Amino acid sequence: MDKMPRWVDIALIPFINLILALIVSGLVVLYIGENPLEAMAIMVNGAVGSAYGWGYTLYYATNFIFTGLAVSVAFQARLFNIGGEGQAMVGGLGVALVCLLIPFPHWSMALVAAMIGGALFGAAWAAIPAYLQAKRGSHIVITTIMFNYIAASLLVYLTANTLRTSRGMSNESDRFADTTFLPSAYEMFSGLGIPFSRSAPMNVTFLIAILCCVLVYLLIWRTRLGYEIRSFGQSESAAVYAGIKPVRITMIVMLISGGLAGLMGINAVMGEAERLVADPVQQAGFVGIAVALMGRSHPIGVFVAALLFGMLVQGGGELEFEMPEVSKELVLVIQALVIMFTGALDNMIRTPVARAFAKFSRGDA
Amino acid sequence: MDILIQLLDSTLRLSTPLLFACLAGLFSERAGIFDIGLEGKMLMAAFMSAAVAAVTGSVWLGLLGGMAASVVLSLIHGVASITFRGNQLISGVAINFLAAGLTVVVSKDWFKLGGDTPALGDARFPELALPFSEALADVPLIGRFYSDVLSGHAIIVYLGLATVALSWWVLFRTRFGLRLRAVGENPESVDTSGVSVIRMRFTAVVICGVLCGIAGAYLATGMSAGFRQNMTAGRGFIALAALIFAKWRPGMALLACLLFGFLQAVSIRFQTIEVGNFQIPSQFVEALPYILTVVILAGFVGKAIPPRAGGEPYVKER
Repeated sequence: MDKMPRWVDIALIPFINLILALIVSGLVVLYIGENPLEAMAIMVNGAVGSAYGWGYTLYYATNFIFTGLAVSVAFQARLFNIGGEGQAMVGGLGVALVCLLIPFPHWSMALVAAMIGGALFGAAWAAIPAYLQAKRGSHIVITTIMFNYIAASLLVYLTANTLRTSRGMSNESDRFADTTFLPSAYEMFSGLGIPFSRSAPMNVTFLIAILCCVLVYLLIWRTRLGYEIRSFGQSESAAVYAGIKPVRITMIVMLISGGLAGLMGINAVMGEAERLVADPVQQAGFVGIAVALMGRSHPIGVFVAALLFGMLVQGGGELEFEMPEVSKELVLVIQALVIMFTGALDNMIRTPVARAFAKFSRGDA
Repeated sequence: MDILIQLLDSTLRLSTPLLFACLAGLFSERAGIFDIGLEGKMLMAAFMSAAVAAVTGSVWLGLLGGMAASVVLSLIHGVASITFRGNQLISGVAINFLAAGLTVVVSKDWFKLGGDTPALGDARFPELALPFSEALADVPLIGRFYSDVLSGHAIIVYLGLATVALSWWVLFRTRFGLRLRAVGENPESVDTSGVSVIRMRFTAVVICGVLCGIAGAYLATGMSAGFRQNMTAGRGFIALAALIFAKWRPGMALLACLLFGFLQAVSIRFQTIEVGNFQIPSQFVEALPYILTVVILAGFVGKAIPPRAGGEPYVKER
């Protein structure tokens, strides 16, 4: 098969897949008895039609960049980390502990410490499945899923008992001290003349997420370790022959992956809730799988896909508000279809497109 | 003693959906198709069976509906992983999300009950009393076991036990079973002997769908009285762990599922356990089946070798 231009591979095919996923979701909306185009318009308008919408869209996108990068890094080594959800939960716990236990004089110090706490806790939660995969051959997909359930129980317990606030009736931790509050997008950007909504939860973490995209790119494509990770993913036997140790790579990759997922905590726990709630992650760990697949496990792709899913989630919330017949779980359906079309049914589109391009280029010559 | 009898009774009940899902995975993986979408298929079947049973009043039509819904998802998995040679893990994940989303979206639309189905009255699988269970109840030891543990379950439970034997016979004593296993170990050889690998794998995937359908239908219309959001609660994944534990053998699958069912029975029966003065939190007891799944996978499986061609799409040589 002739080689296709690069833009077809990284842009056109994901785009066609996305359109297909949206069309099938549109059929679901149609079945429920609503107008899919109208629903689409509500979603787009709700997501990017106002400063308020943007503030939420980019807040969600920040979460998805972290979880998407987490899945991507593991994918580079052909490890399927479905545990982003649990790793982000435990990462959130690490962030909360740092914020609750240490009195910080300024938010910037709190942020650095919370990043370390979140990443360490997330990495630790990924370390056990990674070790079991590397040493005992326990399938990482099953163990990471089990660890998601265990993390959920752990957070329910902690927010209902050990960390439960003495004020109020709800199961959540104390509110963090004012000095840990991160600057919101409103405070950051109003000086630059970009008016963000005061009530939207987007905050300085967005910039850290972008920084993580750059760092992951440098790690995977510009370092020796990244080269080892990629060769391990391409062919384990060849990597072993080249002196790369599978146990070491599996552990390192999963620690990085869990750490990235854990960093989501600074956005959701420190930036938004400013306390620890029982479920701070809200499925973002699972969305990360779709984001990584759609973004072709490349940081730029992850960024774009995270933005898209941020729009979907924010738009989906607005949709439920405007069209009560369509529940917000429709977003889950769209997400499933995106995973299906971009991940599993990729050849369905790729083969005909490749054939068309082969024909086209032959006609040219 | 009474507690033990109760535990064993609910063990049998709780093992049944695991068992059907595990056998479903067994057929699929023996034919070389990994399936982490068992969870989603069960969930979809649970919803569809409860919905059909609620509307028609017939639990048997519900079972058929559940099986059909599950088979549709199976075929999607088949098309993705056999026809288009996609990644089987990814396709399975997609199916799980699809079921989690669609069941809620559609049931909110159909029943307006926030994602659940109406409670089923008579449209459930009734509890069957085995013959002589009354008469034998007084026989020491065996009597209690027979009348209180074995007797008094829905017919699906007994069907499950029969399916174990049937699966063993089909897989290891028929030509079809030999070919099915060969397709998962060495598809080239099956292809060489003139049998279509594609067709064999699709057949396996459909069998998997039917069995998952029964698992889901039992969950919603046998064990419970209706569908609730996400009611499978990880059972599909625990079934996969049981499958690995059983090393892809039907008889061992029964034992593994009974073990996992027992763990679930314990965690449901003992919401609070006290050790001395220390009360073990209920959240820990809830998480126990998941924790023990990891422990069992890591510590006790030994070397589990999956079917050799598992997870790899078959490309016919030209």
